[in-house]
This record gives sequence, structure tokens and C-alpha cells, in this order.
Amino acid sequence: MITVNGKEVTLTGPLSVADYLEQNNYQIKRIAVEMNGDILPKYSYSDTMLKDGDRLEVVSFVGGG
Amino acid sequence: MHHTLTKEEIYTALDERHSPETQKLLSAGNVAIAGLGGLGSNVAYALARIGVGHLHLIDFDVVDITNLNRQQYFMEHIGMYKTDALKSLLLRINPYLDIRTDCVKVTDDNLQELFADATIVCEAFDNPEAKAMLVNGILEHFPEKKLVSATGMAGYGSSNTIITKRIMKNFYLCGDGVTAPTYGHGLMAPRVAICAAHEANMITRLILGEEEI
Repeated sequence: MITVNGKEVTLTGPLSVADYLEQNNYQIKRIAVEMNGDILPKYSYSDTMLKDGDRLEVVSFVGGG
Repeated sequence: MHHTLTKEEIYTALDERHSPETQKLLSAGNVAIAGLGGLGSNVAYALARIGVGHLHLIDFDVVDITNLNRQQYFMEHIGMYKTDALKSLLLRINPYLDIRTDCVKVTDDNLQELFADATIVCEAFDNPEAKAMLVNGILEHFPEKKLVSATGMAGYGSSNTIITKRIMKNFYLCGDGVTAPTYGHGLMAPRVAICAAHEANMITRLILGEEEI
């Protein structure tokens, strides 16, 4: 079980952050990912495996300013 | 009164409004504003008016006629670089502010150099990929700096859906989180200004030592 944006998510198998983001249709170029309180650099998405208890906050940016 | 106010006149008035103790902190404030559109120009106005002493204005673009529906520019600025136009406007409010400008597009390559001096960074871009690039870059390279960003402020939906959230220790996010501009619901002065005011007030709070939202 991990937490993403405050909601509990059950993992069914080994999954990297990149896999999770892709499966959930996030646009990689428009997001920032916080993992357990720290920013997760984009170059780490592929080799960071999600593990039980992880807390992710995915911020998606929309246009406008 | 048509003469330029003296520094003493301006700071006496600011002290009277804010108290000398508060004004001292505001005058020492150092904020970089990335993007000088509807968000950035309004944030800059608010911070300049309360005498935030050191502002760094960053934008690569020129003022366009379609900017006038929400950005703090005038007809005579069309075609001018936003950095130059905004600096000239802010100095009409307070000519004693220290205003640095960089007319440049922020990229992964120049980000570390551009933001080295600021203690607080205001993300005020329009483009979502530029927003994400800046936020990722600042949080990766400058985790000690305060970052105030915004997403979701188009249209004329309820004012009350625009909020300030604290995403991480040093990362604050303003806006409704979801509303991108669409046909008939573009970026409009009132709601963009609400979001800009959220950013400006969070920045003010940080300068004055308040870290909670």
C-alpha cells in the first residue's frame, strides 16, 4: 500500500515511479513529484521502485499565468 | 504633488502603514519573479507597493495587445520587453527599490545561475511545462529556498476555489489546481489577480517569518 496525493493505492507487483506515472496518464513534462517529503528528480523516476508505505505527491501543472 | 518623493518620505509612509519593524524585514526581502504576465506583473506590483526591497524580474517576452486583459501594462508598452516595462512602472511607485531584470528564457541550463541570489522564488509562468521545469529545478538545486508557484486560475469560476497549499516544507502552491484556459473561459484579470494575490501574500508571510499557509 502506498499513498498518492492523499489516497491509498494498492500495488500488485514491482513498479517504478515512472511506470506508475505512465499507467496513470500523467504528463511527465508537466509534473513535479514529491516522495516521502523530498522532490524526486526526473532522472530518478525510472530507477526508483515504489515500496510499501511510500507517500507520493504528484503536482500537475495546467497552463495559465 | 508632482515631484518625485524623497526616499525619506516614502519610507516614513511605509513605516507608518506597516510599522518600522515590519518594514525593515520587507525592505530586506529578496524575491525573484519568473514570468511577468498576469501572475508575475500583479505579484511584482503588490511586493513593490509594500516596499519589498530587492526584486529580480525575469521574462523573455514582449508586451502583446492580448496581455492587456489581465497584465499590469498599458498601450504604450506594446512591443516593449516586459522586464523593461514592468521595471519602469514599479519605479514610479518606489524609485528606491533595487530591481534587477533578466530578459531571458529560463532553462535547465541557466536556472542555477539565475536564481542563485534570491531567497524566495515566485513561479509565475503561463506554460505548464515551463512551470514544471522551474519547480523541479528549484526544488532539486535550491532545496533551502522558498518557492511559491501557481496552477489553475483561468476563467470566472468561484473565487473561493483558489487556495494556497503547502506541498513540501519550502514549496507552496496557489490556484484551484485544475482550471486551464478554454474557449470562453480564458485567463481573465479578476481570477488571475486573485491567484497572484495568493502568491504575493504567501511571499509576504515568508518574508515576515510566517511559514504556515
